[in-house]
Amino acid sequence: MYNALVIEQEPVNFTVLDLLSLELKEQNDLCLRCVAGRAGLTREITVPDLNRPGLALAGFYESFAAERLQLFGRGEIAYINKIEADGTAGPIYQKIFSYQIPTCIFSNNIEPTPQFASAADAAGCPVLVTSLNSSEFSIRVIRVLHDIFAPKIIMHGVLVEVFGIGILLLGDSGVGKSETALELIERGHRLVADDVVEIRCLNGTVLMGQGTNKMIGHHMEIRGLGIINVTHLFGVGAIRDKKQIQLVCNLEDWDPNKVYDRIGMDELTMEILGVKVPKLEIPVKPGRNIPIIIETAAMNERLKKMGYHSAREFNQNILRWLESESARAMYFSRDDY
Amino acid sequence: MVELETTIKNRAGIHARPSALIAQTAIKFASRIYLEKANNRINAKSIMGIITLAASFGTKIKIIADGPDEKEAAEALKNLFESGFNEELG
Repeated sequence: MYNALVIEQEPVNFTVLDLLSLELKEQNDLCLRCVAGRAGLTREITVPDLNRPGLALAGFYESFAAERLQLFGRGEIAYINKIEADGTAGPIYQKIFSYQIPTCIFSNNIEPTPQFASAADAAGCPVLVTSLNSSEFSIRVIRVLHDIFAPKIIMHGVLVEVFGIGILLLGDSGVGKSETALELIERGHRLVADDVVEIRCLNGTVLMGQGTNKMIGHHMEIRGLGIINVTHLFGVGAIRDKKQIQLVCNLEDWDPNKVYDRIGMDELTMEILGVKVPKLEIPVKPGRNIPIIIETAAMNERLKKMGYHSAREFNQNILRWLESESARAMYFSRDDY
Repeated sequence: MVELETTIKNRAGIHARPSALIAQTAIKFASRIYLEKANNRINAKSIMGIITLAASFGTKIKIIADGPDEKEAAEALKNLFESGFNEELG
């Protein structure tokens, strides 16, 4: 058993304020600002889902998903304007804000009406406005929230990208994970996270690994050197923020009593958050050049992804040859038979 | 498995030097040793892990040791935390 620290999924405590203060890049930017109900910004978002509150506004509250984000698009906003003009808005707002709604979001950069804003203020329900249109906002917010609510564990290991393959190096303290990673970086590969790797399971199929703390960045601890800054020493080309984990390499001290894989026909896997990842067990002893083995493993993994399995192909060739005439002919032509 | 609770006593919190001390102490033991802050659990033998924990003054830390010398390991680490790493106490 290596030092795999598997921690149960943390209860996510994600408030509306956290949603507002997310730092997202262009294609993920939610373009949100808060326009009313600031007192309620500490309300917690508990489910990664959206609801269009059209039916609720019309007075139908059966199965009303109040715990979701409520997205007001052009249709809902037009309805709000109509009921306010009719003078029937008061009790409707009272009813809808009696639910513990995490937040109301207005799309298309449309500000809520003063009456709606004051009703939200009174109820302490934050109102946000996004400059995106409803469908684009839905796509982005669902993606962002699913990432946040994805099951997560923290593992003790090093995550590197080698020839485009995300490799998680595991092993006991002192077995040489960081040194192996350093040599890989030296050889032009990339460091994602050293020592503490946070792994999220996206869509139930993809394992995304990254460092736990942006502040700490890409530092490594090398015995005898201390803490080094990989970005400064090797340049930005040597680092990556996150990477899908496609292969696990377990480094362990060479155990003479253990049988290591000599052919590579049987594939070991390791289950992380319910996703099976191919695993290699690599014995370490002085004189074995682990970085080169890891590089080769990465290339072999690429070959497998392209549909070529070295060990299996080799075995099939042998089987074909054994069945072929040449093998039998050789057998029959022996003089002493 | 032994679990002990402690708090950070030195004013500066767990920066690089204390985390090196913790890792050096932990590595002497064969047991697996973890530190836990709130819901974050890390390996006490890894300096980067301990720094990542970002434990500031007054933070509650749980020491978890599991293995043949778990008792001694947990005690040694607790003493280290209680001593405040020979730094200015808060």
